[in-house]
Amino acid sequence: MPIDWFPLWLSLRVAVVSTAVALAVGLWIAYMLANREFRFKELLDALVTLPLVLPPTVLGYYLLVLIGRASPFGKLWETIFGSPLVFTWKAAVVAALLHSLPLLVKSARAAFESVDRSYERAARTLGASEWRLFWRVTLPLAHRSIFAAAALAFARSLGDFGVTLMVAGNIPGRTQTVAVAIYDAVESGNNTVALTLVLVVSAVAMLILTLANRLSPR
Amino acid sequence: MLEARLRKTFPQRPDSAGFSLDLEFQAASGVTVLFGPSGSGKTLVLDAVAGFVRPDEGRILLDDDLLFDGTTGVHLPPQARNCGYVFQNYALFPHMTLRENLAFAAERRPRLERHRRVNEMLETFRLTEAAGRRPHEVSGGQRQRCSIARALIVAPKLLLLDEPAQGLDAPLRAEFYEVLRQVRADFKTPVLLVTHDLDECFELGEEMLILREGKIVQSGSPRKILDQPANIEVARLLGAFNLIPCEIRALDPGRNTSKVQMGEFELDGPYFPGRFKGDRVTMCVRPEQLIVSARLGRPGPNQITASLSRTIEKPHGMRLEFEGGITADIPRTEFDRQRDNKEWLIEFPAMALRVL
Repeated sequence: MPIDWFPLWLSLRVAVVSTAVALAVGLWIAYMLANREFRFKELLDALVTLPLVLPPTVLGYYLLVLIGRASPFGKLWETIFGSPLVFTWKAAVVAALLHSLPLLVKSARAAFESVDRSYERAARTLGASEWRLFWRVTLPLAHRSIFAAAALAFARSLGDFGVTLMVAGNIPGRTQTVAVAIYDAVESGNNTVALTLVLVVSAVAMLILTLANRLSPR
Repeated sequence: MLEARLRKTFPQRPDSAGFSLDLEFQAASGVTVLFGPSGSGKTLVLDAVAGFVRPDEGRILLDDDLLFDGTTGVHLPPQARNCGYVFQNYALFPHMTLRENLAFAAERRPRLERHRRVNEMLETFRLTEAAGRRPHEVSGGQRQRCSIARALIVAPKLLLLDEPAQGLDAPLRAEFYEVLRQVRADFKTPVLLVTHDLDECFELGEEMLILREGKIVQSGSPRKILDQPANIEVARLLGAFNLIPCEIRALDPGRNTSKVQMGEFELDGPYFPGRFKGDRVTMCVRPEQLIVSARLGRPGPNQITASLSRTIEKPHGMRLEFEGGITADIPRTEFDRQRDNKEWLIEFPAMALRVL
């Protein structure tokens, strides 16, 4: 029986998009957490970290409540894009984001905090705006750790199972990611398919983790 | 011209003792040195002027710009203050070459002028050769010059230096003094320099502010301060003073003389304004002002006898410690001529005597 490679490509696509979104949102959150003093700061940090410790069913339930067809967000999405968000590959991105974002925020905050304050102070006395300071000084100085964090977030996005199943479902050829496909294959006794996908996923994950290790500052 | 009045209180916490900064000073052109022991608030003053720390009260005025005003709530961000800051570790951006470091600072200037200005500065600070290298690839002296050049390229109205010569070896230190003298001559930027090194105050400072526990305890030219410390604390901070308790026996303003009882000896001194006969005071005289010689006969006027308890080698001569806690510095050759001597005569030149 020929192996259907669609789930692998879908998973990679989901992971790429989820990592990109996590970078855009997560770097901003991490920078705020590292550099600004505001109320509820540690609460925000805890809230971002929460998905790492909650069971996938709890997260999936929250997501269905938040982005389901009956929710305000779900309705808004449907009016704008003409189709529901849940049970599409985009919902799988949201599911993956729940795990990639906390990983990224945690590591990026630590990376930003480890940049010597005197560089930022020097840039400020030289008249640099906060924007230029971020792009030209802080981010370049933290870039190795941030690449490593992004690689980790990518690898984690690749492997989500529970939440994806709950919000994106298991529609072969549309929302079936590699983790779900492996579950399916095992359930239906398709051992060759299961084994092949398992080995490929392990190899990809291994590759990414090695990359992350090489990128992190020694 | 910088005029600052600062007050900032850090309340006492379980993990830190309280601290309060409360001072007022002016810094005109030239180098003004903030001198004091660690923890006296020197760097805090720099940070408040640069805009990293917001004082509780006060006012900071740089030329015509109001940088901070407690009553009206003005508190300009560091970007808008026009103060160059040279950090203790130089804070050169490690991911940029020396040229890029300067270009980053000059970025707000028009493109053509920027390029010219960067080249000019590289030239002035003898960095043209090393311009393409990153900070960790160049020598300590080049790093130091680059950090000063980077601070000056934005044409600041004030240059702040935080212990810039700390941890440098002697040749680098000398080079740094040279560079700063050049800056003073060429750029005319007023400089506020933090240090706890007395030599540095004399090398560079026109004006010196002595800080202790957040307050200015004395200000003036370094020579003047060394000549007449305001009180025992200042004398202790400056180090190397003989501080000897004694009693004033006679005062004659007309002839500018006085008599001072020190232990069993009576010394002649200058008139001490504001003191009275019978005052118990501390005599303050620097070790190099004392004239010592091997004892021959009875002590003459203003001489006392003492036996030597210890000698210490110094780079420029010998330091002799006598019983009774008096120290004197003499040149090496002079010591060698009379080294086997036990009993010494110590002369206190009348005009060198100061009381606190």
